[in-house]
Amino acid sequence: MRTLSLGLSRTRYEVRGYFRAGDTVFFTFLFPVVMLAIFSTAFSASGSFGTRPDGSEVGAAAFYLPGMIAAGILLSGVQNLAVDIALERGDGTLKRLSGTPLPVGSYFVGKFGQVLVTSLLQVALLVLVARVLFGVPLPTDAGSWLTLAWVYLLGIATSALVGIALSRVPRSGKSATAVIVPITLVLQFISGVYLPFTQLPDWLQSVASVFPLKWLAQGMRSVFLPDTFSAAEAGGSWDLPGVALWLAVWLVAGAVASLLTFRWIRKDT
Amino acid sequence: MTPEPVVRVHDLTKTYGTATALHGLSFEVAAGETLGLLGPNGAGKSTTIEILEGYRDRSGGDVSVLGADPQHAGLDWKARLGIVLQTSGEQGTATVREQIAHFAGFYPNPRDVDEVIAAVGLEAKAGARIRSLSGGQRRRVDVALGVVGGPELLFLDEPTTGFDPEARRQFWQLIRSLSDDGTSIVLTTHYLDEAAQLSDRVAVIAQGRLVAQGRPDELGDEEARTPRVTWLDEHGRHDVRTSAPGALVADLHARGGEPRSLEVIRPSLEDVYLGLVATAEHVADGTRGATDAGDAQRASSSGVTS
Repeated sequence: MRTLSLGLSRTRYEVRGYFRAGDTVFFTFLFPVVMLAIFSTAFSASGSFGTRPDGSEVGAAAFYLPGMIAAGILLSGVQNLAVDIALERGDGTLKRLSGTPLPVGSYFVGKFGQVLVTSLLQVALLVLVARVLFGVPLPTDAGSWLTLAWVYLLGIATSALVGIALSRVPRSGKSATAVIVPITLVLQFISGVYLPFTQLPDWLQSVASVFPLKWLAQGMRSVFLPDTFSAAEAGGSWDLPGVALWLAVWLVAGAVASLLTFRWIRKDT
Repeated sequence: MTPEPVVRVHDLTKTYGTATALHGLSFEVAAGETLGLLGPNGAGKSTTIEILEGYRDRSGGDVSVLGADPQHAGLDWKARLGIVLQTSGEQGTATVREQIAHFAGFYPNPRDVDEVIAAVGLEAKAGARIRSLSGGQRRRVDVALGVVGGPELLFLDEPTTGFDPEARRQFWQLIRSLSDDGTSIVLTTHYLDEAAQLSDRVAVIAQGRLVAQGRPDELGDEEARTPRVTWLDEHGRHDVRTSAPGALVADLHARGGEPRSLEVIRPSLEDVYLGLVATAEHVADGTRGATDAGDAQRASSSGVTS
């Protein structure tokens, strides 16, 4: 109980800190929104990306929205936590906290809480921008929203755990951004966020299919794009069981790696 | 009855690979006492204090802190400690009050947040983001976070580095008031005047060994604390060590009138300390004449005229 209530206090503290750090607000929170705005504007003249069953056209904003939501989930989880925890390990935050009676569980409740709050706001902002500025119609059936809910929750949990595991990779807090950002950036380019996935060479598609972002983006496309678009997917269908499976594999891998590598008190280094 | 010591260290050793950082230290801190740990950089002060805090595991010996082994102690034990680490470079996005109030929430019986802010002299900066503070002000936040839990035992690792003289005086006041309230304190510092001002006892660590411990004014052997009398005459400068400086000065005056440039120098804690450290270093180097080198150190350092 104490772990949970202190975790909620950590969440408030972490969310406040997140929005006061200008660089994370831009590179993690606003980045997908900015990219959505740029892509939607730049390709608005390219005409239609396809048509819906009711005959209306799928424009650039509608086409890019699912990918940007998926990218946002990756950034809010992986990039945010990997950089944040590496910084906290490097600058003495972890050492100071581990000398207090704060349970390590509360620290993680705080991190997960921060990721959940900031990424929910981010997804809401992306959907709002798409709807209000670019007139993207939103799904009207309960099934799509249900899919959005589970793909989102599975995706954000996986991203957060992978982020915690990756936080051990940078050798110092100072190098954290330089080490982590290229990883998430490359993933965005090969996973169908900016470039249509099936336009990539086959071998690159195979490589990307190992990583979770490709599946996350595919799951989001199934929510926001008409079913006819599923024919353009690599397997010719949305393959939601595949989405669930691959995200679950990364969820478990991230959890195991986090448990094995995270040290609250790092002794004798 | 005498209460149990809050810190008990017996034959503590620490090795890193083949290097030995601590060679069998033994000391105690009584309840309510302030112990100053002195020693040059790399002598093992921080290693010792971090073993007591639970940040490092020892290689040998016995350590008890508040009745528990720091290597296996839990959150209830941590709740009774206050730790001010050596340096910190945290991002500091929170304000002073937010940060201190947040940390207060970790402890079962925290001190009043505004009272702590006032005690470290940061009332005017309570609403400022920590990253906007100067180095000395940030250090005061560190101290505030260390004391906000109302600790029974407080560890301070070089707490006043970067303080201006006035801030140090204020900080000393704070530490004295904590000590008056019964808090036991273990302090490391490079400032010998700070150690002398705050400590009931000091312990000198050099080359991973405890070379001396005692009250600040009783540290070192008789020889090391013997006053010196210096004066000038036609033969040049005289420098005589004597336990009876008054008699020597009276004798000088009786024989030749007022001596020129007369000084009676009682070795300060700093003089005694430098002598102890130099001796330890020469013993470690295996060279002879350690005492002479110690005397040379003492003679070259500035003394206090009594």
